[in-house]
Amino acid sequence: MTDRTHNRAHEARDRAEKQGASEGGAAGPNGRIDWHSPQMLARLRRRHAANRRMKFIGLAAIVLAAGLLSILVGSLLKSGLPAFRQTFITLEFDLKPELVKPQNMRRGNWRKIVKEGLLRALPEDMRKNRKLRRKVLKIVSRSAPYALRDHVMENPHLVGRIIPFDVLASDPYDQFNKGLIPEYIVRGERKRPNPKLGGPEVVRAFRVLKEQKRVHLPFNWGLFFNADSRLPEAAGLAGAIVGSFLTLLVTFLISFPTGILAAIYLEEFAPKNRFTDFVEININNLAAVPSVVFGLLGLSLFIGFFGVPRSTPLVGGMVLSLMTLPTIIIATRAALKAVPPSLREAALGVGASHHQMVFHHVLPVAMPGILTGAIIGMAQALGETAPLLLVGMNAFIPDISNMGLTEPATALPTQIYSWADSPERGFVSRTAAAILVLLGFLLAMNALAIWLRQRYSTKW
Amino acid sequence: MTENRDITIETAEAAQERAAATPAGEDKSRPTSPVCGHKCKFITRNVNVFYGEKQAIFDVSLDIPDRSVMALIGPSGCGKSTYLRCLNRMNDLIDICRVEGTFLLDGEDIYSGDIDPVLLRARVGMVFQKPNPFPKSIYENVAYGPRIHGLARDKTELDEIVETSLRKAALWDEVKDRLDAPGTGLSGGQQQRLCIARAIATRPEVILMDEPASALDPIATARIEELIDELKENYCIVIVTHSMQQAARVSDRTAFFHLGRLIEEGPTEQIFTAPREKQTQDYITGRYG
Repeated sequence: MTDRTHNRAHEARDRAEKQGASEGGAAGPNGRIDWHSPQMLARLRRRHAANRRMKFIGLAAIVLAAGLLSILVGSLLKSGLPAFRQTFITLEFDLKPELVKPQNMRRGNWRKIVKEGLLRALPEDMRKNRKLRRKVLKIVSRSAPYALRDHVMENPHLVGRIIPFDVLASDPYDQFNKGLIPEYIVRGERKRPNPKLGGPEVVRAFRVLKEQKRVHLPFNWGLFFNADSRLPEAAGLAGAIVGSFLTLLVTFLISFPTGILAAIYLEEFAPKNRFTDFVEININNLAAVPSVVFGLLGLSLFIGFFGVPRSTPLVGGMVLSLMTLPTIIIATRAALKAVPPSLREAALGVGASHHQMVFHHVLPVAMPGILTGAIIGMAQALGETAPLLLVGMNAFIPDISNMGLTEPATALPTQIYSWADSPERGFVSRTAAAILVLLGFLLAMNALAIWLRQRYSTKW
Repeated sequence: MTENRDITIETAEAAQERAAATPAGEDKSRPTSPVCGHKCKFITRNVNVFYGEKQAIFDVSLDIPDRSVMALIGPSGCGKSTYLRCLNRMNDLIDICRVEGTFLLDGEDIYSGDIDPVLLRARVGMVFQKPNPFPKSIYENVAYGPRIHGLARDKTELDEIVETSLRKAALWDEVKDRLDAPGTGLSGGQQQRLCIARAIATRPEVILMDEPASALDPIATARIEELIDELKENYCIVIVTHSMQQAARVSDRTAFFHLGRLIEEGPTEQIFTAPREKQTQDYITGRYG
């Protein structure tokens, strides 16, 4: 028997004895802790298991959250991406003076010019087809005659010539071109042409146009630069973007200075007493008030009592600033609190007054945090729908040329709300696209906040 | 209570009466320290400091001579830092802190309202435990004080003040080529010397140092101590330190605090070689603290 095996045997016996003696207590008979007792090992295993369990649960939570988020974004992308491209048809239009009526182009027969432009592109036999002649305009948007008219009114020298011009396809043909709606609807045994497309002969005519390479599917700039429209193919977000911008401008101008000054006063200058405690509690509570309540307040106070014009970015911004104010105050106070006391002492130590300490030293250091809070507050305001609906900021804005702070307007979230309510097929993908645009803006704002924090935070 | 101490107090009280009679700030109003022969800068009497209900300092009376170094020593929580921060009214910033007693700076009561704390802190500069330069350029760090107090008429004068202050703080040669670099980018010892330069820049009469070397390595500490030795030619320096060796090295007089009371005060040599009180003896021999 070697020494080592002898020892091991000894140890095993010792352990068994200890267990019998102390009923599994950690300390051995001579007061020494036995780190290898079964109880100790079991406890260690339990502790490690708890560790692993916690890690797993945390990871599962993240996977679940990421999964749900990717489902959301995925479904938005699936339904929204097609709306980022738009079907256009290039046609030649004969601007006959008798139809254009150069003296007063608004009274010209633009519908007929567009119809003839369509028929010109089609072969002889189709052109003669009476059924097709009646329905051929179904291919192009009902806005096409107006678009052509506006183009010619801007370029009057074109009258009398034959000009090529890109017109919008109608919503059903836009959808059909993207493969989103079928040519035939099959219900059980019966198979019938899709009524939205206007009949087989119109579909055939569209196919001919496509074969002639007249049908394009370029990036849909109209989504960003067109105003709203009842026709999904012509509807864009320009009005909503401008409205949101004006609203946020008002919100920023009201809530940023007010919020920062309030926070500076409360954090740096206010005496600590019951009154300031009360104010602080109320600010924290305000941050938790549902936004629709602010909307009601705005409706009754700003519109009803002060007579601020309804539906305007002015009143919308005022309501949203009520909502953003607590966020900015809380963020600013947190940023001010985070400034190390050593900096305050340093400033006061050389004889800076309280005011100089705050504005020369504390505020510059706290600024990145304050800006981050302000931008996050703004991002919240950008996504807010309910208060804007209550003050009527879901106006139908078909023309963005006369938008202003005191003109009726709409905003991105309320535009999404209106589009989601519209029955036309084309608005489904427009809604999803608008949500993606809104998310894009929010993402950009948050990225800006992060960048500001990284770039300007004080390095100690 | 020893003879020596009673005498000190009597002299100081007489000085206080004289200070009331003659205009403040005049040299003759300043009493002479009985021990080192220098004039007294600070005279403090019956100082009691409370944090809320808790009393942190009990009835401390201490005279601080000019152009010398006074070290405050004692175990943690003995009130030495609290006492130091009374001297430039830094304790005003703590809401619950209440200070009682008389503090005369050149015969002027600094708590009376005749001296604004903002101006007081320019006259009584402070260097903190942790180097705390402003997160601005080296130049700005030093120029800030003179600028807010309007001590320089133009840019050249301000440049001069910055250079002199940095020279006095023995930092000029290391930073003269990078005055625009951030002060927070310097090493710990350099940062602390920058803080000293910043304190000097407002031309103070007194410099308070709250454990100025406790966050520094031995070499940086040695430089700070050399600097203190030079500075005492022109300034009254009060230094709080945990290190008894440091107190022995740099100070002319030492005050030992314990549990909020001033146990003993005297020439450093006497405190460290022949303390009168048993508590002092116990502390400096490492019995507690």
